[in-house]
Formats: sequence, structure tokens, C-alpha cells
Amino acid sequence: MLLIKCPFCGPRPELEFSYGGQAHIARPKDPASLDDESWAEYLYIRSNPKGLHAERWRHIHGCARFFNVQRNTASDAIVATYKIGEEPPKPVDPGLEEWSSRSGAAL
Amino acid sequence: MVEATIVRVNSLAAVSRDSASSPQVSLAVLPDAAKLVFRGRPSSIGAAGEAFGVELPQTANRFREAAGRKAYWLGPDEWLLEAIGVDSSELFSTMSEKLASHSCSLVDVSHRSDSMAIRGPMSEYVLNHGCPLDLSERAFPVGMCTRTILGKSPIVLSRTEQEVFHLDVWRSFSPYVWSFLDEARQEFLHDQSARSPT
Ligand SMILES: [Zn+2]
Repeated sequence: MLLIKCPFCGPRPELEFSYGGQAHIARPKDPASLDDESWAEYLYIRSNPKGLHAERWRHIHGCARFFNVQRNTASDAIVATYKIGEEPPKPVDPGLEEWSSRSGAAL
Repeated sequence: MVEATIVRVNSLAAVSRDSASSPQVSLAVLPDAAKLVFRGRPSSIGAAGEAFGVELPQTANRFREAAGRKAYWLGPDEWLLEAIGVDSSELFSTMSEKLASHSCSLVDVSHRSDSMAIRGPMSEYVLNHGCPLDLSERAFPVGMCTRTILGKSPIVLSRTEQEVFHLDVWRSFSPYVWSFLDEARQEFLHDQSARSPT
């Protein structure tokens, strides 16, 4: 079983966590000004990298808090975990950065 | 007019009847308690501790006890407050009066769960049949508490003594959790001379 380091509780078994999708996707400040394509992109389009991926996890059967994880999607290795609102400890994958700036999301 | 009286029946009453005790590992039903969940910003934590009578622990996954009352850290802004033999509605109104000027939430969850204890040198071993946590004293010392999983059920697990754990389980899950642990400890009931499997 994978051990995931919750930023509040420390290393805990994978079973206690649930996945929360891609991280660092900011809601557009003025949704009304977006055209349909940009809005659909914000809602539905997610990156799907082979490699480093920033994602949200929730320690649902523990402290119940959401936090961020950087995980290698090819090896399933968790590179880093950090609290919501904190800066990612390492630069995220360039592909992800490029995608995020295209969709207007703040990293 | 019909007078209705509500009698609270412990959800473990039936399943715990005739539970065999074993020096290796035993199960016991814990007395009913008033249970409140407090959530609030840092500015209200001190006031909540004063109102309850036990300072709320700010260290992750620790509980603090005073005069039969316990405050369990469940999350960075969430505590379970437990008082045995106290009327929950009285405790609730006293506390909410004292916290009236703070932005926080206080919920009476006394009827949501029942509590049991598992004790004996084989407690860790039996709990680990369904709980994936490292329960060694190094990783899970006396005074630690946490929400976690046992089998298919969410529980709040705490270690009160070296060989004693308490489990707080939602009522609809509690007969399952009790039976799960009872089944896991069978090897110590039939052969009292069984050696520890370490
Ligand atoms: Zn946690």
C-alpha cells in the first residue's frame, strides 16, 4: 500500500485518502466575459501528462482536509505534498504550466 | 394524549452480550457520553476549551483529558468533545451561550456513535486485521487519536493506555466493527496458551 504524507497528519495509508482531480485550477474571475470555448475548457479540459502531475487529494478518513500532491503518473511516485495555498515546492511540469497559462489558471 | 418517552439503546447492546474475556485481548462497551463537534477559527479555540473545561489540543492527532472529559483533535479546525455521564443538551446550551460572540460551529452528535474499548497485549495485532495504520507505540503513542478505517467502517481510534484503545463508531456500523474485532481475536479465545505471533 502507498504511504501518502498528509501535510497535517504525516505519512498515512493510501486507503484513508480520496483523489480530488487536477490542482491549481483557478476559477475565472469574471466568468461572464468568457466565450463558450474558454468556459468549457475551464470546466472540462484537464491535462493528462505522463510524468509529473499536480493534483488535489483529500485525507477523508483522517483530518478530512484537502491538500496538493505532485505525483509521477508513470511511476505513481509521490514527489511532494503541500497545503492548499502554499507554493508548489518544485517547479511543476513545463507542459502543465503551459496548459495552465493558456486556460487562464493561476499556478 | 399519548406520552412518548425516548429511550436510548446502545447499538452494541445485543452484539456485546456474553462477550468472552481473554487476557490477550478483550472487548468492552464504553458508557454513553455527550459528544459535540466544535469547528472554529484560531481566535475561538481558547474560548471553546474554557467553555468545555478541557483545553483543546493544537497538536495534530492528540487528545487531552480532564475530569472525565476529553477533547480529541480531528482536524486543524475540528475537535470532538466527549463528556461521560453528562446531559448533551445541557452541555450544548452552556457551551453555545459562552461561544455566542465567536464565529464557530458546535454540533451535538451524541446520538451518532457509540464507543467500545479493546484491551490486552494483542490489541494492536487484532486492530491491524482491519486498520492499516502503524499501531506500534513509536508511531501511535498513548494520547494519540485519529479518524481512520477499520474494515469497511470509518472510526475514531485513540490509545488511552499502552494496551488499551478506544473506538468511536457510527451506530449503524458498530455491530459490524464489534463482530469484526471479535472474529479477529478468536485465535486467542480457543487456545489461552497461544503464543504471541510476533
Ligand atoms: Zn490528515
